[in-house]
Amino acid sequence: MVDTLIYLLIVIIKILIIMVPLMGAVAYLTLAERKVIGYMQIRIGPNRVGFYGWGQPLADAFKLMFKEIVIPQNSDYFLFFIAPMLCIAPALAAWAVIPFADGLVLSNINAGLLYILAMTSLGVYGIIIAGWASNSKYAFLGAMRSAAQIVAYEIAMGFALVGVLMAAGSLNLSEIVKAQNGSLIHWYWLPLFPLFLVYLISAVAETNRAPFDVAEGEAEIVAGFHVEYSGMLFAVFFLAEYANMILVAALASIMFLGGWLSPFQGTPLEATFAFVPGIFWFLAKTSFFLFWYLWIRATFPRYRYDQIMRLGWKVFIPITLVWIVLIGVAVLLKLPPWFV
Amino acid sequence: MTIEKLIFYFFATVLVFAAVRVITARNPVHAALFLVLAFFSAAATWLLLQAEFLAIVLVLVYVGAVMVLFLFVVMMLDINIAKLREGFIRYLSVGILVGLLILVEMVLVVRTMTAPVLTAAPVSAVPNIEAIGQVLYSIYIYPFELAAVILLVAMVAAIALTMRSPRQHKYINPSLQVNVRRADRIRLVNLPAEPKD
Repeated sequence: MVDTLIYLLIVIIKILIIMVPLMGAVAYLTLAERKVIGYMQIRIGPNRVGFYGWGQPLADAFKLMFKEIVIPQNSDYFLFFIAPMLCIAPALAAWAVIPFADGLVLSNINAGLLYILAMTSLGVYGIIIAGWASNSKYAFLGAMRSAAQIVAYEIAMGFALVGVLMAAGSLNLSEIVKAQNGSLIHWYWLPLFPLFLVYLISAVAETNRAPFDVAEGEAEIVAGFHVEYSGMLFAVFFLAEYANMILVAALASIMFLGGWLSPFQGTPLEATFAFVPGIFWFLAKTSFFLFWYLWIRATFPRYRYDQIMRLGWKVFIPITLVWIVLIGVAVLLKLPPWFV
Repeated sequence: MTIEKLIFYFFATVLVFAAVRVITARNPVHAALFLVLAFFSAAATWLLLQAEFLAIVLVLVYVGAVMVLFLFVVMMLDINIAKLREGFIRYLSVGILVGLLILVEMVLVVRTMTAPVLTAAPVSAVPNIEAIGQVLYSIYIYPFELAAVILLVAMVAAIALTMRSPRQHKYINPSLQVNVRRADRIRLVNLPAEPKD
């Protein structure tokens, strides 16, 4: 009994070691978003609070904490409160199987990729329930749009990941990274290039980010599913969205850019950069994808709803299906240098 | 009491509670959400049996996809609860009959099982997923393919039932929209400035 308690305590400490920096990253990603988009639009962005605006996330957090939580009169009280929690819980739970470096993972399970797929598919509940429980037309419309969009893009995303697991021959995320060992061209972005693109774009759609943010659609449905939320409940939705963004960025770097592997592998520079720990490369690749997210948000106008559906069902799913068959052939033929 | 037992009893209690609430909850949305909770607790108890593939697939397929669509439909219905309860007595006899049938079937199945369910799960050298894949594509290949074909037929049927003829829907070819040029929509004309009179 004492052993189990100590074991549980160690696990909780490990979870905290992942969660606390993650929450910090979420807070500063919001600042990064405002700054990056600001500079892209030739503005400065927040620069008043603290040193060059570095205190802005803290100020935002304090503001949201002390705001009143308004509950609509005819809302479903219990579901209204539980929806933000349902949104953030899967976004955080998925981090249990993410390998930060070789062996640096909370739970190295064999079904890691399946677990990730299951967790990311749960996030939609928070959005649907929020839309329904608020008892508001705008919120409900946002929830419906989001549900249809996530169901559509989950299939494309799942098929893209099926290609990865066929190439790596494993569902374990650490094994997937190890299968890409070699050099920059051994990483799966090259043999799985169409799946890489499909994954990147459907990941944006999955997280309801611009240009796929019709669930929020400020112009036509005010703020979509969280229009009735205020204060800390709204903040939890916000945290969930950014935690999900970091999650899909981390997944993209694990699946297609070789996770913690150094980009200088197999080049003359390999020995020079051997001192850099693997987690640095992992975080650098993740940050690259996060920057890409902010970049497309500043660049593209919002997709029209019927075009989103067309892209998901009629373009992405056929592409992934064809490429999965091709990967199957390549794996059978042991095509060098990737599938030996 | 070990920690595994504690976890098992916790999830088993939640499972039974959620299953009862599925049929007693008045609001259909609440009932659907309790069904989600029941699936989730069932998946947790399966994890205790080290059947991680089944557990995760239950969450992925039923919770992540099937119930989302279910909820999608249920939320849009405007259900009159009083009207729903009208037929309660009339259908009670049929309900009892179906319930008894299922009970008999379950008892017959459970009686044939000899091994107690909650012993330490067998730990095999091959991971769960590999083991399932190996039997699915060797011994059970024909039933598996058959199930796939049935699903395909169901999908085609569903599409055929809801498909409208081209006259009935307002489909616009997206490539036409994308390829529109300014000259197709707008014509700039030069007009001579008119003298002021």
